Amino acid sequence: MPQQVVRLGIAFAVLAIVFMAARQALVPDTFGETGHYRAAAVDSIAAYPLQYAGHDACAVCHRPIAEKKSDSNHSGVSCEVCHGPAADHAAAPGSVKPPAPRERGFCPMCHGYNASRPSGFPQIDPVAHNPTVPCMTCHDPHAPEPPVIPGACRACHGQIASQKGVSHHATLPCLTCHEAPDEHKATPRLIRPGKPDTRDFCGGCHAEAAVSPSHIPRIDMSTHGDGYLCWQCHYPHHPGTE
Amino acid sequence: MASPADGRDWESRETCEPVDRRDFLWEALKASLGVPIALSVVRVPELCGMQEESDAGAERIYGMGIDIRKCIGCGRCAQACKNENDVPDEPYFFNTWVERYVIRSDGEIVVDSPNGGIDGFPPYKEEGGTLRTFFVPKLCNHCEEAPCVQVCPVGATFITDDGAVLVDEEYCIGCGYCVQACPYGARWFDPVKHVARKCTFCYHRLAKGKVPACVEVCPTSARLFGNVGHRANPLAHFLRFNEIQVLKPHLNTKPKVFYANLDGEVR
Repeated sequence: MPQQVVRLGIAFAVLAIVFMAARQALVPDTFGETGHYRAAAVDSIAAYPLQYAGHDACAVCHRPIAEKKSDSNHSGVSCEVCHGPAADHAAAPGSVKPPAPRERGFCPMCHGYNASRPSGFPQIDPVAHNPTVPCMTCHDPHAPEPPVIPGACRACHGQIASQKGVSHHATLPCLTCHEAPDEHKATPRLIRPGKPDTRDFCGGCHAEAAVSPSHIPRIDMSTHGDGYLCWQCHYPHHPGTE
Repeated sequence: MASPADGRDWESRETCEPVDRRDFLWEALKASLGVPIALSVVRVPELCGMQEESDAGAERIYGMGIDIRKCIGCGRCAQACKNENDVPDEPYFFNTWVERYVIRSDGEIVVDSPNGGIDGFPPYKEEGGTLRTFFVPKLCNHCEEAPCVQVCPVGATFITDDGAVLVDEEYCIGCGYCVQACPYGARWFDPVKHVARKCTFCYHRLAKGKVPACVEVCPTSARLFGNVGHRANPLAHFLRFNEIQVLKPHLNTKPKVFYANLDGEVR
């Protein structure tokens, strides 16, 4: 065999051995077993510790509260939303106690009025709504109820009522603007309540000449609005009415 | 006797040879033993394959559903995610966060997410009036065709058999290509571990039979978690009864985070 072929062969053999050794050393153990990644990584990620135990774990010990909550408006609210991550508590119930937020600032994180929230979601203005009184004084967080059971219009029109409750028109009863004959309660779809059908109705408070408190916005009824009814452009229940 | 309609049946029955009870029972016993053997040869489990596969877990593909109309922007999901996944508290690092969209009357779109929504959203006070406004929770979309996985030079980020896009923190070299490649801004660079990190769908929780932390704490069930394509789970119900959109569908990343009632202005 010619010498140069032998040398070339040796060089290739050495290169191949170096490549194999380097590959052996550099490629992690389980790489490529299930794809172009280290298969053992999946197991190590799956082995991270839990922080949130999950509501099923809470219900094992706190059955009465869990049952009470499951029938309430907070049935979909998991325990750890308010009480924080409780896996440690579930593992050692005696030594680790999860917090129970009682301060007034906590509930408005969900129930404070925010224009971006869905309009039917129950919201209050934390500044105006019974200031300084902790929410728990009137509302049981495990079975929250409105202090007054919804009756009259609110019983059916809850979404409009809760929206109106944080609007400029919060203090106006529904019947100020709507005529609701008694038959409407018996046959709500046959006998409809009325809506203001003249511009002058809104003008009673909002016209320039109206006799009403001075903070109410005024408009020149003769030039504004092209003859449309006011509520066709301004939604009176909406807090952002402009 | 028999009516004309079934007369033919009656005759054919009469022409049958009478079978004696002992023979009948013996034949029945042989048949009852033979049928399972015959069926096992043609592999029943393959004929009704669905059941076999769902038992084996091979068809498990995780996905999340988010209903925009239910999100109240409380930010509990973002906080829970930080608690669960040991994410630094600084307001630059999020696996999931909540964005507020304000579409103004003049058509301009304003998006903000102060601290990911964890501390709530201050009232939006700008001139011009608001046309629409809503919250959009965001997270890694666990794309079926994930750009981040394609660009990783070492194979440290990958898609598992069940569809979750994960990062191998021991193997990541911290080059940051994936952070750049993600069109959803869902990846971030861990300043302590010096590796890329992201939402794992709380893979460690799934392994223990629990739902992701953000889904666990969502008070209005705006977030749902389940198995894409498996009918008996909340996600299948969600996908069936809502109009579904995904983020940036034109990129063909095939996300597995599905949005219901998503506004066209959401990017």
